[in-house]
Amino acid sequence: MTLQTTTYLIVGFTFSIYIGIAIWARASTTKDFYVAGGHIHPVANGMATAADWMSAASFISMAGLIAFMGYGGSVFLMGWTGGYVLLAMLLAPYLRKFGKFTVPEFIGERYYSKAARIVAVICLIVASVTYVIGQMKGIGVAFSRFLEVDYDVGLMIGMGIVFIYAVMGGMKGITYTQIAQYCVLILAYTIPAIFISLNLTGNPIPQLGLGSTMVGTDVFLLDRLDLVLRDLGFLEYTTNVRLSTTNMFMYTLSLMIGTAGLPHVIIRFFTVPKVKDARSSAGWALVFIAILYTTAPSVAAMARLNLIETVNKPDGTQLVYAERPTWIMKWEETGLLAFDDKNGDGEIVYSADAETNEMTKVDRDIMVLANPEIAGLPNWVIALVAAGGLAAALSTAAGLLLAISSAISHDLLKGVFKPDVTEQQELMASRVAMAGAIMLAGYLGFNPPDFAAGTVALAFGLAASSIFPALMLGIFYKRMNKEGAIAGMIAGLGVTLLYVFQHKGIMFIASTSYMGDMPQNWFFGIEPNAFGAVGAMFNFAVAFAVAKMTAPPPQEIIELVEHIRVPSGANAPISH
Amino acid sequence: MSKNSSYWTSNLRLVGLCLVIWFVVSYLFGIILVEPLNSIKIGGYKLGFWFAQQGSIYTFIALIFFYAKRMGKLDKEHNVHEDDE
Repeated sequence: MTLQTTTYLIVGFTFSIYIGIAIWARASTTKDFYVAGGHIHPVANGMATAADWMSAASFISMAGLIAFMGYGGSVFLMGWTGGYVLLAMLLAPYLRKFGKFTVPEFIGERYYSKAARIVAVICLIVASVTYVIGQMKGIGVAFSRFLEVDYDVGLMIGMGIVFIYAVMGGMKGITYTQIAQYCVLILAYTIPAIFISLNLTGNPIPQLGLGSTMVGTDVFLLDRLDLVLRDLGFLEYTTNVRLSTTNMFMYTLSLMIGTAGLPHVIIRFFTVPKVKDARSSAGWALVFIAILYTTAPSVAAMARLNLIETVNKPDGTQLVYAERPTWIMKWEETGLLAFDDKNGDGEIVYSADAETNEMTKVDRDIMVLANPEIAGLPNWVIALVAAGGLAAALSTAAGLLLAISSAISHDLLKGVFKPDVTEQQELMASRVAMAGAIMLAGYLGFNPPDFAAGTVALAFGLAASSIFPALMLGIFYKRMNKEGAIAGMIAGLGVTLLYVFQHKGIMFIASTSYMGDMPQNWFFGIEPNAFGAVGAMFNFAVAFAVAKMTAPPPQEIIELVEHIRVPSGANAPISH
Repeated sequence: MSKNSSYWTSNLRLVGLCLVIWFVVSYLFGIILVEPLNSIKIGGYKLGFWFAQQGSIYTFIALIFFYAKRMGKLDKEHNVHEDDE
């Protein structure tokens, strides 16, 4: 069977599972639609959260980033996992106790203000829409590269699938498909990693393989990688700091706070039956995430070593261009890998020196996608990687779309404009909002705006600087009032946007960047992507100052805070 | 309310302890003290590098389950746990 046929079969099989689940898990009430009825088992919710959280970026791009950043790439590993500790201890159980459907709903009630709720809706929509563009692009790219259909056609198919299960099933349909998608993506990620670890180190567990010696030698794999990179003139893999210690610190902190503040992740914890389930469910989510996140560093280091040793062979000879393996030819066609035989000797040299380096382009995304081919794995593994990439992108897109549509139908329509809608009308409205959100995401996928590249940083910056502090203060500081919270959110958001825009351009149009994207101009050498934590500090400081100067919140709000601080008396999520 | 306030104080103490460990394994061992720790090796891993790319994540998982278990106990001790249906 050809690779093409195998890929169609495997991807087709996974898609029919997703559609089957959609038909089985239809939503009949708003409670089904927003929080899957509130009775998802904590382990099942952990698995769904893991798929919800791990996007095309985690699946395809992260290992590639680490492969080229080495130790510096640790910011993603720690940042995107450590946020779950904050979520489990500072937010999830209390928001579950509050027992409502959306994040803006909590902010609106806790700060007794429709304005606060609307500010939260805006932050949520901007963060989620920017994030969903990346997923749509991921879906289009995965289709075009593996199934050799047009980017546009691939995107249409992806939208169609999400449409079926998200519009019909809401959170209920999304939860069960996310569980299936987790299984697909984790198999697709770990199977090639196990093979590659076996090939290089003889140890089938990639996490141990990374700390082992190379097959047939007593040289540790990481020492070998450091040595090879040093010889080529690169920085050592294991000590390559990302800009500076301060920058790494702030980058990690921004990603952690941002992770804890992302609404599409938070709402997953509204689906479990009890407060104590919300706590353990965060732990399960992190277990399932960690299976991929602790494998990624092994994939990164091993793929980098494999790539280098394909070109600069360990026996001291170079790759003869005319005899290059077929996977290289395939990736050359996509333009993601390029060579230039500068000295015309027919051999390829890889080096840190731009003058002599002949591997002129290596796109980072290749590292995971080409991994099975580099290791010479069978076709079904390559096909599985395609299905895994699609599962990662689809599951995250669906979670984001639900966060967007519930903010529109529940927070704006029911909460602000038309509080007297009936349950059936609201359910209808949430389906229409979901369909609209899919259309918008699809449109942005077809016409990615100029700022698409910078958007994930923006999503994390917004979540870290606006949503997280407002939620945390709402639970841990009784005295926080609406004036403080709103001023804090606006200050945090403003400072973060200002910093990102002044270095990356207004709305990411590079020519409008009035400070230039230059490290000299960075505040304490902190790169714009790492600025969310500074935004959060601004938020906290402004919120405290304003709250001190204005009237304390009313007595019933103090009682509400006391109520959410204890688990007893919790109900399943209710609409009010 | 005094019953609940001692529950809340115990909760804050527990969260504080967990967040200190959270900070130590990631920011301290994985970033600030990474260089000195790298002089120690476990297998092929430099210790600081291991904390940054593996150890911190394992610790995070252990922390959340430890927290969930201790909070479950606290809930019962202060009689604020949810009814078993």
